[in-house]
Amino acid sequence: MALVMNSENERLQHQRRFSGDLIGITAIVAIGAIGYFVFPDNLALLTRMITIALLVLSLDLVTGYCGVATLGHAALFGSGAYAAGILSAHYGINDPLLMMLAGIAAGAIAGLLSGAIILRAHGLPQLVLSIALIHLFHEFANKASSWTGGSDGLSGIAPDPIFGLFEFDLYGQTAFFFGMTLLLVVFVLLRFLVRSPFGMLCRGIRQDPLRIRAMGGSPMAALIRMYVISGAVAGVGGALNAISTQVVGLDSLSFTQSAEALVMLVLGGTGSLFGALSGTVIFMLFEDYVSAANPFHWLTMVGALLIAVVLFAPKGLFGTAAAFVRRRKEARA
Amino acid sequence: MNPVFEVSNLRKAFGGLAVTNDVSLAMAPGDRVALIGPNGAGKTTFVNLVTGNLSPDSGEVRLGGEAVTKIDAVGRVKRGLVRSFQVTRLFQDMTPAEHVGLAVLQRDGKAKRAFGNFLAMSDVMTEVDELLGKLGLASLMHRRVSEIAYGQQRLLEIAVALALKPKVLLLDEPAAGVPQSDTGRIEQALADLPGDLAVLMIEHDMDLVFRFAKRVIVLAAGAIIFDGLPADVTRDARVREAYLGSYANASHIA
Repeated sequence: MALVMNSENERLQHQRRFSGDLIGITAIVAIGAIGYFVFPDNLALLTRMITIALLVLSLDLVTGYCGVATLGHAALFGSGAYAAGILSAHYGINDPLLMMLAGIAAGAIAGLLSGAIILRAHGLPQLVLSIALIHLFHEFANKASSWTGGSDGLSGIAPDPIFGLFEFDLYGQTAFFFGMTLLLVVFVLLRFLVRSPFGMLCRGIRQDPLRIRAMGGSPMAALIRMYVISGAVAGVGGALNAISTQVVGLDSLSFTQSAEALVMLVLGGTGSLFGALSGTVIFMLFEDYVSAANPFHWLTMVGALLIAVVLFAPKGLFGTAAAFVRRRKEARA
Repeated sequence: MNPVFEVSNLRKAFGGLAVTNDVSLAMAPGDRVALIGPNGAGKTTFVNLVTGNLSPDSGEVRLGGEAVTKIDAVGRVKRGLVRSFQVTRLFQDMTPAEHVGLAVLQRDGKAKRAFGNFLAMSDVMTEVDELLGKLGLASLMHRRVSEIAYGQQRLLEIAVALALKPKVLLLDEPAAGVPQSDTGRIEQALADLPGDLAVLMIEHDMDLVFRFAKRVIVLAAGAIIFDGLPADVTRDARVREAYLGSYANASHIA
């Protein structure tokens, strides 16, 4: 009897999770489509949103799922961007897929390096290490100007058409669809990752690393691995940025970019892929709209929005909405 | 029978204070031993030395004949030395199924799999169902830990430890903080522990000690002052002295 009930339970959970996947994919496609038809002249903004969404998803993996405090996550993103850019500008390898691979590899290596340093400390010292790290990456890119173009930025990136068919056009159509495809693929892969045994192990480490050790698990090894995966995801974002804008600036490797990513993640809600995505979209739309409506006070309004969210919806906008829906469902059941 | 767990001449001092002073003991598979002692006797330090969270100044810890004194805490867990915690350390937003599933996966070296959901892995789930069923937690297996009663969380601690298939189990006050109405369920779980498992229980509740243990070890000021049958422990003069004014004497007066 108990077994029957359990397999029933199991099936229900499966269905719920599977439908969660479908809803997620549908939502991403729908929001992408709405964006495409509402801002047909501003596809560059949408593509920029996708690149930042990849950065925020990547940050969510280490901060939301593993509890690592970092204000230096753009180091992974920027490494991906520069690797893809340098491949094209200095080596003349212009195949966007190869550039993407270079971005992923560079992001993963930067993740390994960052993880190996940041994970040595916990709490505030960890945060300080991450800040030191992003400044080092930034300064390195600044000084290695023969490779990176320094403060002028890296230009001369000229990606070929994708599969030799889809040329990167002036209107940003190809870049947008390329970005949407990448985002969907990454999203599905991450959905698998976060509820795999490894994802569960990381959630456990976030809550109580000592407990995981008492179960015979090694928190450090798991966190480093997650950092590498996170770096690969950020690298996708960085490479997409290099390919779509055809320029890489030092700002992609900056403290500001890192901090903004963290703000977006907190806005949407940590520890949830949907939280990371919705936080990015809401923040960037709000920023775009308010900065156009009131160029003098837009930063004030962004600040006010953040304070309101942190005070009244501490789980983030998506987190709070999800908790509300769950409560309603339970009340009805 | 060969001892599965052996501690010999273990010493640890903090500053000049010997907190563990020449402690030796051996346990065979199936042993049920209670470790008791007044507050400050060095029980916690002893547990930390044994599990590998502290390293001793001298002495040796052996597991299944192998010296593990130089091996860290994770390595000792992998070799079959598992502990439970005095205050439950569970993951509040995870379910009992996830706890036990994670322990099973960890034991089998599959916890690093980045694909697949363990709820769909039938070998893992069979074990999870069986373990939680045995402890009467089957109906709660998909609830969050934060939603279940403390007594049930205690049982889950035991389930997690058992899922790791230990050879030696250290239970640190397994019934601490549990309301009287629920202790029966925990005692039942302790009575049902696998017969070939060596269990060392640290406990203050003497009633529980007498019902569970076949052998009692008393620690005082870092040294073993008694190692023998439960029936003899309250009659021992040194034990009474160590517990001056507490249980042994109190029961006499009463």
